[in-house]
Amino acid sequence: MAAVEKIFNDTITDRETQDKTLKWVGTRAPRPDGVDKVTGRAKFGADTYLPNMLYGKVLRSPHAHARIRSIDMSRALALPGVKAGVTRDDFPDYPAGAVQPAGEMVINYRDMTRNIMAREKALYEGHAVAAVAAVNERVARQALSLIEVDYEVLPHVIDVEEAMKPGAPLVREDLITEGVEPAPEEPSNIAKRVEFGHGDLDLGFSKADVIIERSFKTQPVHQGYIEPHACLASFSEDGQAELWCSTQGHYVARGHCAKLLQMDVSKLRVTCSEIGGGFGGKTVVYLEPLALALSRKACQPVKMVMTRDEVFRASGPTSGASMDVRIGATKDGRITAGEAVLKFQAGAFGGSPVPAAAQCAFAPYDLDNVKTIGFDVLCNRPKVAAYRAPGAPLGEYAVESVVDELAKTLEIDPLEFRLKNAAKEGSDSSYGPKFGPIGCVETLETAQNHDHYLSTLKPGQGRGVASGYWFNIGGQTSATLNLCEDGSVALVVGTPDIGGSRASLTMMAAESLGVELDKVRPLIGDTSALGYNMLTGGSRVTFAGGIAVHGAAEDMIKQLRERAAATWDVPIDDVEWHGGQAVAVNGYKDQEDPMGLLDIAKDMAKSGGPIVGRCSTNAQGAGPSFGCHIVDVDVDKETGKVSVARYTVIQDAGKAVHPSYVEGQYQGGAVQGIGWALNEEYIYDENGKVENAGFLDYRVPVCSDVPMIDTVIVEVPNPTHPYGVRGVGETPLVPPLAAISNAVENALDIRFTELPMSPPRVLAAIESVG
Amino acid sequence: MARIVLTGNLRLYTEGVTELELESGSIRSLLRELRRRYPDIPEDIEDELAISIDGVLHQDDWFAKIEPDSEVHLLPRIAGG
Repeated sequence: MAAVEKIFNDTITDRETQDKTLKWVGTRAPRPDGVDKVTGRAKFGADTYLPNMLYGKVLRSPHAHARIRSIDMSRALALPGVKAGVTRDDFPDYPAGAVQPAGEMVINYRDMTRNIMAREKALYEGHAVAAVAAVNERVARQALSLIEVDYEVLPHVIDVEEAMKPGAPLVREDLITEGVEPAPEEPSNIAKRVEFGHGDLDLGFSKADVIIERSFKTQPVHQGYIEPHACLASFSEDGQAELWCSTQGHYVARGHCAKLLQMDVSKLRVTCSEIGGGFGGKTVVYLEPLALALSRKACQPVKMVMTRDEVFRASGPTSGASMDVRIGATKDGRITAGEAVLKFQAGAFGGSPVPAAAQCAFAPYDLDNVKTIGFDVLCNRPKVAAYRAPGAPLGEYAVESVVDELAKTLEIDPLEFRLKNAAKEGSDSSYGPKFGPIGCVETLETAQNHDHYLSTLKPGQGRGVASGYWFNIGGQTSATLNLCEDGSVALVVGTPDIGGSRASLTMMAAESLGVELDKVRPLIGDTSALGYNMLTGGSRVTFAGGIAVHGAAEDMIKQLRERAAATWDVPIDDVEWHGGQAVAVNGYKDQEDPMGLLDIAKDMAKSGGPIVGRCSTNAQGAGPSFGCHIVDVDVDKETGKVSVARYTVIQDAGKAVHPSYVEGQYQGGAVQGIGWALNEEYIYDENGKVENAGFLDYRVPVCSDVPMIDTVIVEVPNPTHPYGVRGVGETPLVPPLAAISNAVENALDIRFTELPMSPPRVLAAIESVG
Repeated sequence: MARIVLTGNLRLYTEGVTELELESGSIRSLLRELRRRYPDIPEDIEDELAISIDGVLHQDDWFAKIEPDSEVHLLPRIAGG
């Protein structure tokens, strides 16, 4: 672990000492965006308006799978008030190999251009087929009804197991499975096979006293963000354009749109709005390139907003999955081998999160023999988009359910069983690398000693626990600190604030500069304001943004010391920065009065001009995060309704910069997991059409469905970060599915292997056992 | 020499080899050497990789240092939500 130790020693020599001296990091400071949010001033995706603005609407496929023979726009375009229309013919095609990195992902633009607008075939119900821009929404909707599309309806497939069968309707007729040798000769819906692991499974299972093997199935779910996709595009006659949109990454959206419209990246300026939730679902583009294309044709601004129905039918859900898990253990509770086969729906284009699921499934455990295989499978659904810790909740649901069953079979406390096998610093992870400093054991021990776990259940209740893991990532990030003439500081970052990053980044800036928090004001710049920024996702912003902000502060402090040294006419090495002030030291100690930000700022022009601290970096060394959840449930045996009575989230944050926001991430993940476990699912009719495309029928948890979610922040510092930060946004969604399933099993003595555990499914199971 | 472990589907390009020892001072030189030894490795494979050096995860980081005693794992690129 030489690299980790070196970085640790280079950055933080004594973290305990640092913690004692921190003034802002670790406090619950007021949020910079708070007043705007509660007064309604905050502008979300649909809140931007321009003069002469048009309204865009999308015609969507009514069929789950259909060849598009022709599209006739003539009647729609002739309707008074209609200013422009676009179809597949308005977007360049890209060949199969048009793959390039874009933000955190590698994007296949052959697929992306087909996802934003159907070409040869409509591949799912809701797939965009044409779009129009008109003077108002009524005329735009009327125009859609005048577009004539000639479809040849094709057989469709939704379920992942059905899609893998020989003879299944082919979503793409030329798809040859990657990752299989020799390569198959025939096309299929299986886009890719992946495999991870180490050791000898046969040997491992031969040492087991108990082997449990189960198959699991989950239904596809949506991220469920409250704010629908929305944007406003304005293309000018000189080929330059502006775009305002609700996105997790406006630099990434800029890159996608420029590629899809074949324009220079520099000619497109993108501003992100406030965002009403994304959870991974706003890391891609849907309306944005359509609005730009319509605006380019109409030479007027075009606004587009999805309806809730469109969000459900046409934007990124996550995979439904079929999973087989086998785990063996000795009588004394040591896991000897683990194996999982995961089959994930990818939607209409390859790229499900099954590789990550396969890597994370056994990550909480230190195993000698482990193997996971994943299949990425096309079906007639929208292409899946990321959803907090993409894939991990599913794989770990299956594994953690079997782990729980093993503990029960061996009559070992489920937390004790996990502790006996827990990953720790130096363990070989199930997907390869050795872990550095991690908090898996600490979360389990905290759970063991928590009042929740020590409390007595009420009659009829059940209790479940589960562990969870997510990698977290870093990535390209830029930040600027501009010293204002009154000594205050304007912080500019380029990552949309979804979960409180403005607060945490401002706190780290103030901490690093040694100034009062209210002297630093954050702003999220548009794509022309800073160097490249990867999106807000992967639990990366407080980690990577913190490194950038700290770097910008160091850059500013260097300039401040230089100005003070020049003013005092002393060598730079004799000026240090302490407590927000330049201080003369060594032979000049006590000879000059310290100079604070205001002192230096007021004479900034005379001493050399503006002082701007900058840092652009590609942050590496994200610290992985482990969590452990405890949940108590009540099950109504007459209706099958499962109610969550008590819930506790315990997770390693590395360092909680703003504990309230960290707790909010923990609570939000738990609530989304409760929905995924108990109610949420897409329901399709026999024609492959979604039957529940709205929040009345697609049941996300509301306040009355959940108790107060208790939280415990464990802090095992990440040695690669100046303040020890790990990401926290994704791991909270990993354990809930299994924790709740284990609790229901504990209450009913019935092991559910299919999600959601909705009332009809639970009632049927209760009735089946009498 | 550093211990290099190839995970996921990389073995398909390396005649089944999943582990080897290599002298390589950085991620960039490691990738070049791997491509020299195994020409079937696609030129743009690095875009699809995350690379762990002694347990520290790197993505798109050509000049990250690999020590002679380092343990390096080549993994699929990680994208979050």
